[in-house]
Amino acid sequence: MHEMSLAEEVLRIIEDAASDQGFRRVRTVILEIGKLAAVEPEAMRFCFDAVVSGTLAEGAALEIEETAGEGWCAQCMATVAMHEELGACPRCGGYRVQVTGGTGMRVKELEVEQE
Amino acid sequence: MCTTCGCGGTETHINGQAMHEHVGQDGRVYRHVHAHPHDHDHDYLHDHGHPHSGIGAVHSHVGRVTQSRMVRIEQDILAKNNAHAGKNREFFKERGILALNLVSSPGSGKTALLVRTIAALDGQPVAVIEGDQQTSNDAERIRASGAPAIQINTGKGCHLDAQMVEQALPQLAPVHNSLLFIENVGNLVCPAAFDLGEAAHVAILSVTGGEDEPLKYPDMFRAARLMLLNKCDLLPYLQFNVEQTIENAHRVNPAIEVIQISVASGAGMQDWLAWLQREQEAMAASQGRPVTA
Repeated sequence: MHEMSLAEEVLRIIEDAASDQGFRRVRTVILEIGKLAAVEPEAMRFCFDAVVSGTLAEGAALEIEETAGEGWCAQCMATVAMHEELGACPRCGGYRVQVTGGTGMRVKELEVEQE
Repeated sequence: MCTTCGCGGTETHINGQAMHEHVGQDGRVYRHVHAHPHDHDHDYLHDHGHPHSGIGAVHSHVGRVTQSRMVRIEQDILAKNNAHAGKNREFFKERGILALNLVSSPGSGKTALLVRTIAALDGQPVAVIEGDQQTSNDAERIRASGAPAIQINTGKGCHLDAQMVEQALPQLAPVHNSLLFIENVGNLVCPAAFDLGEAAHVAILSVTGGEDEPLKYPDMFRAARLMLLNKCDLLPYLQFNVEQTIENAHRVNPAIEVIQISVASGAGMQDWLAWLQREQEAMAASQGRPVTA
């Protein structure tokens, strides 16, 4: 969707955490990205590497954990699993499914160097 | 650079005044407006020597082995934007302002729609925030129609964010119980992700575009409460399947409302004005106050 802006926000969150918690070097960044968040992991990696260059997270590994997609099927009146953005309901095959979960994007955890 | 649309960096201008962004000593990003250019550098030295207290039992000086630890963050990537959007939403609520975020691809007729809408509202208070990468042409067109407008130039940026809107609001000073149209940068991709504090997104699709636009840009049509199908006066000259387009929009967003409109001929304008009226009434009712005519 807009991986460059998102990568910049990730760096800002890391820098805020660094000043709060007093670390100076980040080895690994673990993101949690919903399957339906419209974020391309490869684009995210590319942008992340570009954005963190020259910062405390330069060279850090980026791990992306995917969370499952979920939708509400108006026909089945039930919450169903969704594997693609415009996917059909796995129960009835209909398309009246409203996405309800799996669109979040979070910085979950950092591995930082111990001072 | 945005890999989707090619934008990047922040060179935002509000009514021609530059917004300046820098990273402070505390590591935070500061963004503010400067009336005049200035020069200063932000270099500061980092000291990477680490103190040794002698307490850490595992610390070895033989190799260059550095221990690591995990730090829980659990923070939404869009948290900062969402916080600013929350402030905007509060601003609108306190003043009974109905704020609508207008999104579309370039050339769908957003500005023309606004000019005609302002005329049709016949003196009802309305203000406009215009977002474009460059030029203040759109804000000037709006001002010529009699409504206050402020232009945000996003520079290389491909969408408005909540902080830009927050910084534009004091200058625009929209009045109580008014309508505020935020015309986003013509782009069906990035603006979907950035909440501005609006009550609803309105997506505008021109019949000179493709029927599959909702399927190609699902995030935008999923975020929208209303789709305006514009330039319907051209339908006799085009091979455009209206039913198919509406079906595609409903496939992406079963709840989306659709109004067929022609800004040029005025067809459908009454439906659009009635929709605006309903939204204002619904908002007033939800806030427990009477709507002002």
